[in-house]
Amino acid sequence: MSLLSVRDLVVTLSGLRILHGVSFEAAESGVTVLLGRNGAGKTTTLRAILGLAPATGSVELAGEPVLGTRTHALVRRGLGYVPEDRCVFAGLTVAENLRLAERGTPDYDLVFGLFPELRKRSAQRAGSLSGGQQQMLSLGRVLLNDNRLLLVDEPTKGLAPKVVTEVAEALERVAERVPVLLVEQNLAVVRRLGRAAVVLAAGRVAWRGDAKELLGDHDRTKSLLGVGSHS
Amino acid sequence: MSTIVLLTLTGLGLAGLYFLIAAGLSLVFGLADVLNFAHGWFLTVGAYAAYWAIPRVGFAGGVLVAVLAGAATAALVELVMIRPLYQRTISQVLVTVGLSLAGVALFQALFSPDARTFPSPSWTEGVVTVLGARVPVKSLVLVVGAVVVLAALLAFLRWTRYGLIIRAGVENREMVTALGIDVRKAFTLVFAIGGAAAGLAGALSGIAFQSIAPSGGSSLLIFAFIVVVIGGMGSITGSAVAAVAVGLLQQFVNYYGSAGMGDLCAVALLAAVLLLRPQGIAGKVAS
Repeated sequence: MSLLSVRDLVVTLSGLRILHGVSFEAAESGVTVLLGRNGAGKTTTLRAILGLAPATGSVELAGEPVLGTRTHALVRRGLGYVPEDRCVFAGLTVAENLRLAERGTPDYDLVFGLFPELRKRSAQRAGSLSGGQQQMLSLGRVLLNDNRLLLVDEPTKGLAPKVVTEVAEALERVAERVPVLLVEQNLAVVRRLGRAAVVLAAGRVAWRGDAKELLGDHDRTKSLLGVGSHS
Repeated sequence: MSTIVLLTLTGLGLAGLYFLIAAGLSLVFGLADVLNFAHGWFLTVGAYAAYWAIPRVGFAGGVLVAVLAGAATAALVELVMIRPLYQRTISQVLVTVGLSLAGVALFQALFSPDARTFPSPSWTEGVVTVLGARVPVKSLVLVVGAVVVLAALLAFLRWTRYGLIIRAGVENREMVTALGIDVRKAFTLVFAIGGAAAGLAGALSGIAFQSIAPSGGSSLLIFAFIVVVIGGMGSITGSAVAAVAVGLLQQFVNYYGSAGMGDLCAVALLAAVLLLRPQGIAGKVAS
């Protein structure tokens, strides 16, 4: 069963067509990975789903059409977003970043259970956190609330290998509770987390299927992603 | 020595007036990216509201009416004229410039283009002795008004949820939306807060200049823009520091140099800040 259904998604920015009719589905459990080379349209796809990029086509969340819904309303309907480059509010403290994200009854036990570092640093300005800590904060903000689906954009980008492992572990635990649509370039993380995979190339879906199957085929991975599946 | 004290306190009074106008302008630009050329008109609305209300409800009531009139006008302008134009910067500039011109024309039609004597209470027309200097009470009223507004704004930004939303929105408006927050409500609120401060500035400028005119807001707006740019877009503290710098600079240069040189020096300070620190004293770096 699919939780999110994307059909013929077209995005044009500044006269340049970025997505040319992307269609795929995200499963209602586990991690669906959105893969592709740089510029393939992965981030734009997430942004279009969330209403942050103007798009045509159709997006359905649990059977309900959501394309055209304003972003804040969509988030309140259960679409959590962890953006590329973390986007923490640098001038606010960790506690204020979390407080800002609160909706309804926030689950601080879950967030501090996954990321105990955030509790220790609650009075620290988010801008002075390391990249890994900022990523934890970015994930923590979303996990405070009940979500039906998380859209997570390159959470391991620019992080040290040890931190990548920590973030992957956290995502693995998160995915036990809520399905995730994950954009990720790190194939080790994809191998660990991914169940279904969708590969974009030049704004189109080039392949979709089982993530393990894709990564098990070195030649296909190389041709679609430009890197070998052993990397 | 008494001259220095006098120039300092009257300069701070001028700074207070600039701050009251600049605070809203800075928050509106920082959060909503709207360069509001009609902001000076909110001051004029406040000034004329106080002019009308003070003889009827007394000084304190008149000032309150000015604040409410400024806030209501600004919120209405945001809802009706600005909201449909977010993301359309040129259209916003055209609309707000047009509104400021039309607003002045409206008050000219209603009250005549001539300046009118402001009904200041008699206690604001006296002087007090501070460290040997005879300082006009009206300057101290401006200083006190600005300090109260500064403290109230900082407390609002620090301690309330909407303050948190505004501080976050100044950094990254899109991400605030992506956390499920309707940032447009914050836009309206920020306009209303800015309009309230400008309305207060209108009433206090009536006391300071002892008269009001339809073009009063527009002529002060240019210095408020200078303060906002020097202080940094979106920073209340930066606006306060910049207002003090510009107010004192103008007052001292106009006294020790020739009249009008202070205005020139304020523009020179603006140019220096733009060259050396384009984001201003405390503003966000443009991305």
